[in-house]
Amino acid sequence: MRGTVHLFQRSHINTDEIIPARYLNIHDEATLARHAMEDIDGDFVDKVKEGDFIVAGEDFGCGSSREHAVWALRGAGVRAVMADSFARIFYRNAISNGFYAIEIPGISRKVNSGDQLEIDMTGGKVTNITKDEVYTFPPFTSMIQAIVSAGGLLNYITRQQTGERISG
Amino acid sequence: MGNTLTEKILADHCIDGQVIPGNIIQAGIDLVMCHEVTTPPAIKMLEEHGLKTIFDPDRVVVTPDHFVPNKDIKSAELARTIRNWVADNKLEHYYELGRHGICHALLPEQGHIVPGQTVVGGDSHTCTYGAFGTFSTGIGSTDLAAVLYTGELWFRVPETIKVTLAGRLPAGVYSKDVVLELIHRIGVDGARYQALEYHGPALQDMSMEARMTITNMAIEAGAKCAVMAADDITLEYLEGRARQTDWTVHLPDDDATYADELTIDVSRLEPVVALPGLPSNGRTVSSLTDEERVKVDQVYIASCTNGRIEDLRIAAAILKDRKVADGTRTIIIPSTTTTWKRALDEGLFDIFYEAGCVISTPTCGACLGGHMGVLAAGEVCVSTTNRNFTGRMGDPDSKVYLASPATAAATAVNGTITDPRDYL
Repeated sequence: MRGTVHLFQRSHINTDEIIPARYLNIHDEATLARHAMEDIDGDFVDKVKEGDFIVAGEDFGCGSSREHAVWALRGAGVRAVMADSFARIFYRNAISNGFYAIEIPGISRKVNSGDQLEIDMTGGKVTNITKDEVYTFPPFTSMIQAIVSAGGLLNYITRQQTGERISG
Repeated sequence: MGNTLTEKILADHCIDGQVIPGNIIQAGIDLVMCHEVTTPPAIKMLEEHGLKTIFDPDRVVVTPDHFVPNKDIKSAELARTIRNWVADNKLEHYYELGRHGICHALLPEQGHIVPGQTVVGGDSHTCTYGAFGTFSTGIGSTDLAAVLYTGELWFRVPETIKVTLAGRLPAGVYSKDVVLELIHRIGVDGARYQALEYHGPALQDMSMEARMTITNMAIEAGAKCAVMAADDITLEYLEGRARQTDWTVHLPDDDATYADELTIDVSRLEPVVALPGLPSNGRTVSSLTDEERVKVDQVYIASCTNGRIEDLRIAAAILKDRKVADGTRTIIIPSTTTTWKRALDEGLFDIFYEAGCVISTPTCGACLGGHMGVLAAGEVCVSTTNRNFTGRMGDPDSKVYLASPATAAATAVNGTITDPRDYL
């Protein structure tokens, strides 16, 4: 998949910044999307286009367990987040939704906003087309890849059950 | 090689995989906590996927807490969604308004938490229950849906950091100061993906309530969980309260492997405030300059971190026969209905009333900018809660300082950030 970078170089971008708690009385993805990153960049939702990427520093998504953070980003058009590191619940929620959260230490210092990136999930590499650079990352473990490939955890569970019924 | 406490609990629940740090395992879950913000999306997902049954209704505990009593129409719909779901699935452990409480104060208080369990909840502060020697961690709505249906989840087995709390706490210094000091030392991602395992003589001086303040804020250091081995203080708390009599007290092995070890000599600690922005911005109150001891618009004594009866007693001891400063509105929120009643019976409400505080029904409320104390632009709040992120309690231009109930109460009296030892 190929897309344009929106760089948030800071570390510890927290879930209150990704989607403020004042919107937690809703969970409709399209409505949440209108407020994605609102308290950190009020123009983000106007700038972001379908299929774009976020690149961020350390500990992206720290704070609350709200999956609304993943839904708001996905709803706004973000296809994947690449960060130096992720907070664990955001990372887990991304996997659960079949949303790409890719840990690439140091990436926030290598790319700029507007760079075109091509992500190769199976090969574990990101090509920066703008800068003609390649960044590598360890591929997901087989189970996590299976969850993401299924489009999320509940699809994965449903398929497993169907499989069990067929084989059983 | 021996095992850490977290490894032992996970091994006891492991369905698939090997309990070695870094490995992915599938583990059985003993208890699931649900509240009205993250559960409604899980209910919707289960319906959409045709997953109609709950693995074990007796292992699910539900309470509305974040935006109750309903703060607006959308919140009312969330609360109604879980109420209807509870009725449809005949869930017995449901705490309606009038019996409700902030989830992480309510579940231990009502005896749902016992040593050796695996507990997950749709809330990041689910790590609180680790004070009982359980493995407990926060999850999102999809994981919540999955565990409600299957009773199990995948986990990456965390490495463990051993934290030894040496010495004895001086007067005016509390477990909140200890955890703010820890987060200041290791940073907000200092324990990312890892378990914090607490040891040391200072734990012997801490009640279960004080201990829960420490485990509650593990997520503020990025940790997956925090654990304290169950001991006599744990068992005393469980007496007459625990809903089951069979549980397992695991102890870490002496030769367990730790990713890191650190010691905090609590006898050297002072009251700490975490300056606005991150919970790791801890400073001793005594080190603040006059300019840094800012005027405070609101004091907020509440939350799953510090809204328990012991916290209210500590605040009341300072507020007794004193008045809150002009221009410093002071909000007290007992964390559960039972705590509210106890505070009333012990005469604490009279003390708060005479001092000029306002008292609310249990709710997460303004801790996350919901209601009951939301901040306007430019306002400053000293809060006994757990997060001081930008905009956490209201306008993005408001500021939150984190502190113990004692520091918060002293600040309420003085109107600026104040060392509680001045009022002991």
